Amino acid sequence: MTPNSQNAVITVVGRDRVGIIAAVAGLLADVQVNIKDISQTILQDIFTMIMLVDIRSMTVGILELGERLEQLGETIGISIRVQHADIFDTMHRI
Amino acid sequence: MFNDLEILETLRMFQEQHLDVRTITMGISLLDCATASHQETCRRIYDKISRRAADLVRVGDAISREYGIPIINRRIAVTPIALVAASGDSADYTCYAKALDAAAAQVGVDFIGGFSALVHKGSSHSDDNLIAAIPEALAGTNLVCASVNVATTRTGINMDAVRAMGEVILETARLTADRDAYGCCKLVVFANAPEDNPFMAGAFTGPGEPECAINVGVSGPGVVKHALEAVRGEDLGSVAETIKRAAFKITRVGQLVAREASRRLGVPFGIIDLSLAPTPVVGDSVARILEEMGLETCGAWGTTAALAMLNDAVKKGGTMASSFVGGLSGAFIPVSEDEGMIAAAASGRISLEKLEAMTSVCSVGIDMVAIPGDVSAATIAAIIADEMAIGTFNNKTTAVRLIPVPGKTVGDTVHYGGLLGSAPIMAVNPASAEAFIARGGRIPAPIHSMRN
Repeated sequence: MTPNSQNAVITVVGRDRVGIIAAVAGLLADVQVNIKDISQTILQDIFTMIMLVDIRSMTVGILELGERLEQLGETIGISIRVQHADIFDTMHRI
Repeated sequence: MFNDLEILETLRMFQEQHLDVRTITMGISLLDCATASHQETCRRIYDKISRRAADLVRVGDAISREYGIPIINRRIAVTPIALVAASGDSADYTCYAKALDAAAAQVGVDFIGGFSALVHKGSSHSDDNLIAAIPEALAGTNLVCASVNVATTRTGINMDAVRAMGEVILETARLTADRDAYGCCKLVVFANAPEDNPFMAGAFTGPGEPECAINVGVSGPGVVKHALEAVRGEDLGSVAETIKRAAFKITRVGQLVAREASRRLGVPFGIIDLSLAPTPVVGDSVARILEEMGLETCGAWGTTAALAMLNDAVKKGGTMASSFVGGLSGAFIPVSEDEGMIAAAASGRISLEKLEAMTSVCSVGIDMVAIPGDVSAATIAAIIADEMAIGTFNNKTTAVRLIPVPGKTVGDTVHYGGLLGSAPIMAVNPASAEAFIARGGRIPAPIHSMRN
């Protein structure tokens, strides 16, 4: 387990529509968050996107990023969560 | 790094299976607060807790949001007040409970534990004062929890204390009768009480603990139940293996939270408590795990065997996930706080006697069980004595949190709300133990306590 890794995981879940990735990526670029990996699937008609991002040079704190993504999610009607990558590392890697 | 399935599995655990960290509990030693003046001691207690725990709630909230982990409670556990107040100039210890309550409210925690005494071999004057003050202390405060350790495997059972606790529980019920004996929800009688338990109502900071420590209790019955749904029909070895894997993941979450809380607060990490702690929410029940294993209802024959295996597999999976394990570390079977247990009790499929048997293979004991308000103090003491015997003679922690509800009887249900849930009143064997309890004295330590 690498403590305090500089990665975060953003998960976007909701009904598919035009411009979700653009909106999320635009917000991330504004705060200097680098996208390292994106994957997306449609699970039971639900659009699911998972982004691995680098938050080393981020100009805001992770709590503020979370709030801004949440607001963006509300305006376009989807759920967006950001979580420190440590939680996934911790749970799935020994 | 990790794949999409792992990420989604983690998300579902939090969002659908009610995985959460039940509590971050800060243990604080109050030994240096003792003075000859009770007012001065109370002032020091208030000041020290307010200072030490000033950032506990803020840090807990920040960790919760950054990692997306629900953290349900923030709590404080302090040195047993009977030790801190011993040299004070007042025999009325309710003032200490008020100081704890005020400090807990000031820092914004959910509960504070440690209005406690350790009397497993005998009681000091200070212990007697504390026990006498429990009913009023619990009736007159909101956040304070009390506990009394009346037995250990090394010393045997202090039956004078057991008898006293029967009366204290009834008196606490009487003083909080307007809230269906709510005071009794905050009072635990222990055998072999752990000194680093983060769970309420029995948390306190034992005299062997450091100045300050972070202890974390996880919860995750829903995750275990969900994992078992994938192995329906397979043999019990496979069930045990599945539970171990789920327990590992649950405990790792606790370990991460504990490590971060410890780092950010500048307080050493104590332990992770591996207990599976249920809540009254649907999908967060220990009883439903036992039913998933193949029992029609929790309480059916087979329940003790299923629970023994569950409890053991949780420990085996959890131990490897954490650097230090402690506290109670066993499945909880509180009746009012577990949706499946409430249903089993309401349908009459589980009895107090079956609960007692279950406590021989898990933690904690007869917990959050509501009984008729007219049960005698001697009978309550006898229930405590039986439970203490199970703990003492089997080298494990056991506890009793009984709620004799004034004016209520079998068929009624009491509602406490929140984590405490609701409890159908359970029947108590009416045969008397009056003469047995009246004997008092000590039950000697079992032969296998002599290990030197």
